[in-house]
Amino acid sequence: MPAYDVLLDSEIRHILVRHEQSAAHMADGYARASGRTGVCMATSGPGATNLVTGIATAHLDSSPVVAITGQVSTPQIGLDAFQEADIIGIASPVTKYSFQPRSVAEIPTAVMKAFYIASTGRAGPVLIDVPKDVQVDLAEVEYPEKVEIRGYRTVYKPDQEKINRAAEVLARAEKPFILAGGGVTLSNASHELQRLAELLLAPVATSLMGKGSFPEDHPLSMGMVGMHGSKETNQLIYEADVILAVGCRFTDRTTGRLDEFCPASHFIHIDIDATEIGKNKCVEVAIVSDAGHALRALLRALAKNLTAAKDTPWSRKVREVKEAYANKIENSGKELTPPKVLKELRRLLPPQAIVTTEVGQNQMWASLCFRALRPRTFITSGGFGCMGFGFPASIGAKAAKPDVPVFDIAGDGSFMMTENSLATSVLEKLPVTVLILNNRMLGMVAQWQRLFYNRRYSAVKLGEVPDFVKLAGAYGAEGYRVGSMREFSEVIKKSLRNEVTTVIDVPIDPEENVLPMVPAGYSLKEVIG
Amino acid sequence: MAKTFIISALVEHKPGVLYKVSNMFWRRGFNIESVAIGTAEQEDLARMTITIKGEEEDAEQLVGQLEKLVDVLKAARLDQERAVIRELALVKLRAKDPKVRSDIFHYVDVFRGRIVDVSPETATVEIVGSKDKIDAFISLTRSFGVVEVARTGETALIRGPQSVRIDI
Repeated sequence: MPAYDVLLDSEIRHILVRHEQSAAHMADGYARASGRTGVCMATSGPGATNLVTGIATAHLDSSPVVAITGQVSTPQIGLDAFQEADIIGIASPVTKYSFQPRSVAEIPTAVMKAFYIASTGRAGPVLIDVPKDVQVDLAEVEYPEKVEIRGYRTVYKPDQEKINRAAEVLARAEKPFILAGGGVTLSNASHELQRLAELLLAPVATSLMGKGSFPEDHPLSMGMVGMHGSKETNQLIYEADVILAVGCRFTDRTTGRLDEFCPASHFIHIDIDATEIGKNKCVEVAIVSDAGHALRALLRALAKNLTAAKDTPWSRKVREVKEAYANKIENSGKELTPPKVLKELRRLLPPQAIVTTEVGQNQMWASLCFRALRPRTFITSGGFGCMGFGFPASIGAKAAKPDVPVFDIAGDGSFMMTENSLATSVLEKLPVTVLILNNRMLGMVAQWQRLFYNRRYSAVKLGEVPDFVKLAGAYGAEGYRVGSMREFSEVIKKSLRNEVTTVIDVPIDPEENVLPMVPAGYSLKEVIG
Repeated sequence: MAKTFIISALVEHKPGVLYKVSNMFWRRGFNIESVAIGTAEQEDLARMTITIKGEEEDAEQLVGQLEKLVDVLKAARLDQERAVIRELALVKLRAKDPKVRSDIFHYVDVFRGRIVDVSPETATVEIVGSKDKIDAFISLTRSFGVVEVARTGETALIRGPQSVRIDI
C-alpha cells in the first residue's frame, strides 16, 4: 500500500494485471523484447508466491527481471503473520540474487544492485523483498553513483589464447557448423554471428532460445536443431567436423541423447557462465565470455588466416539439403493446418513484428514453421516450458515496442491459463493479437499419448469451452473464428490495421502431430515423421 | 571412482548466506560429506570448508556453482597433499567400569586426545586430527558404548603462503 501510494505521483508507468503470474511474464516479455530490465511488483504472501512461476520462467531463460514483493513488518517476520511468506526462501533457487532491505537506508543500494545483477553477466531475475515498516519509514538517503559487489564477478572478455586455438580449429575445419543459443540474443551478438557464419560458410542452427539470433531466411540458416528440429538439420549436424556452440547449454531438448550427440565432431563452446562449460557436454575448446566479445575476437583472429570463399563443398551441400527440403510440399488436404497458418502469418507480418508463443504443440509448430528474421522477435519459454507465458509476455513486449505488431501464437490450453490478461491488454491499451491453434486438447501431451501410449488419452481433452470469440467480446476485445485460409488472411490483415486486442480462434484437427520429432532419450538421428 | 574433495570458500558473513549455499548443494544434487563454517580473517567474512564425495567433474562444477553465487567471494579446491586438514570431535563414552575407564585413558593417550569432561558414568573425549583418525578412534571405542558424537567436519588451509583469500 505505501509503495503504491507514492507510485501515483511517480513517472513510472504501472500496468495493472489480474494475476501476479502474468505480471512476472509481462516483465519478462518486456525484457526479452527490449533488452532492458523488466520490473514486476506484488504484495506479500500469496501475491509474492504467485510471482514465482514467472520468476522461474525468467530464470531458466536468463531474462533480466527485477521482482519487488511486499513483506510483513520486520518485527513480524517469522511469526506467521497475516499474508507472510518467506519469499526469499521460496524464490532462492529460481533467482540470481535476492535482497531484503531491513532499513530504508538500504533501499537505494539494494535497488541499484538488483538492476545491476539482473542485467549483467548471465542475466536473470533478482528479487527485492521490502518489509512494510521499511516501506513506510522515511530517511534522507543517497543514491550511490555506482555499486560494487565484491562477490559478483563477470567475465566478459575471452582469453586470447583460447580464441587463437578456436580460430585455428575453425580455420582448419572442412565442415564447420554453428549452434547458436539464447546467449547470442542476450548479448546482442547477432550481427557478429552472421559475419562469422558468412566468413566460415558455416550453416547455423539454433536452439529454441537461439531462434531469431540468426535470420532464418539467410542461405546458411538451418532453423532449429533438437527434439523438434527439422530432419535435415538434425542429420546435417552429425556430419560437421567442428561445432561452434555459442551461448547455448546443450539441453536434452537441443541435443537429444547427449552421449550420442555428434560423437565425431570437435566442439568449441562459448558461454558467459563458466559453470555451463562441461556441465552437460565436454568440449575441446571452452571460452568463458560474453558471446559478442568472443565472436568479435574470433573474427579478428580468423581474419589473419582465412579469406571468405565463395563456396565450399560443405556450403554446396548445405544449399542442396536446404533446396531438397524447401521443395517438399506439404499436402494433407486439410484446409487449416498449423504449418499453413503459420507460414501465411509470416508472409503477412513485417520482419520486425514480434511473436510470442505459449507452450506445447503451438510452440513447436511456431518454431518449425514461423521463420524469425530478427533478434528479439521470437519470444518463448524455452527452459521452463511455462504454459500461460505467451499472452502476458506479448503484452509486455507490446509495452516495450508499442509501434510493432505483437502476436501470441497460442494453444487453447495454454491461453486459458492466463486469458484474464485480456483485461490488461484492453484497458491498458496494449493491443496484441492472440492466434489460438485450437485443438480442444492439451495437444502436446495428447501427441505423446498418441505416439507412445497407444492413443490412451488421459486428462487431455479440454472440450468445446470456452467460446473464444465470446470470451474476447466479454473483455471488450475483438474475436474471430476462421474456417479457411482466405478468412484467416483477412482477419490477420484486419488485426494489423485495427490495432485492438484481437483473439483469433483457428480450429484445427485434434489428431494433428507436430513432426518431425525425436522421442525423449533418443539420438537426433532417430526422427519420427 | 568417487573420491573425496575439499573445497575452501570465502563467503559474506551475513544472514541467509548459509541457506543460499546449502540450497545450491541440494538443487544441483551434490553429495556433501561435511561443511565447517566460522568467521574468517576478516569479521565480515566466513570461511566454509566443504568436503564432497564425487567425481573430478563434480568438484569442479561445485567450485563453479559456488563462485557463481553472489555471496561467495572465492572458492577453490584444495590439494589435499599440500593442505593442513583437521577435524575436531567430541566423543562421550560410557565409562562406569574402572577397567573401561582405564582403557579409554589409554586410547586417548595413543590418539593424542584429551579428556574434557568426566562424570561417574561417562567420559567425554576431544580428538583432533584427520577424518580417518577420528573414525578410527570412534570405531575402537564403540564397544565401550558411545553415548554421543559431535564432529565439526573437516576444516583446512593450504600449507605455505598460498591462500584462498581476497585482498582488501
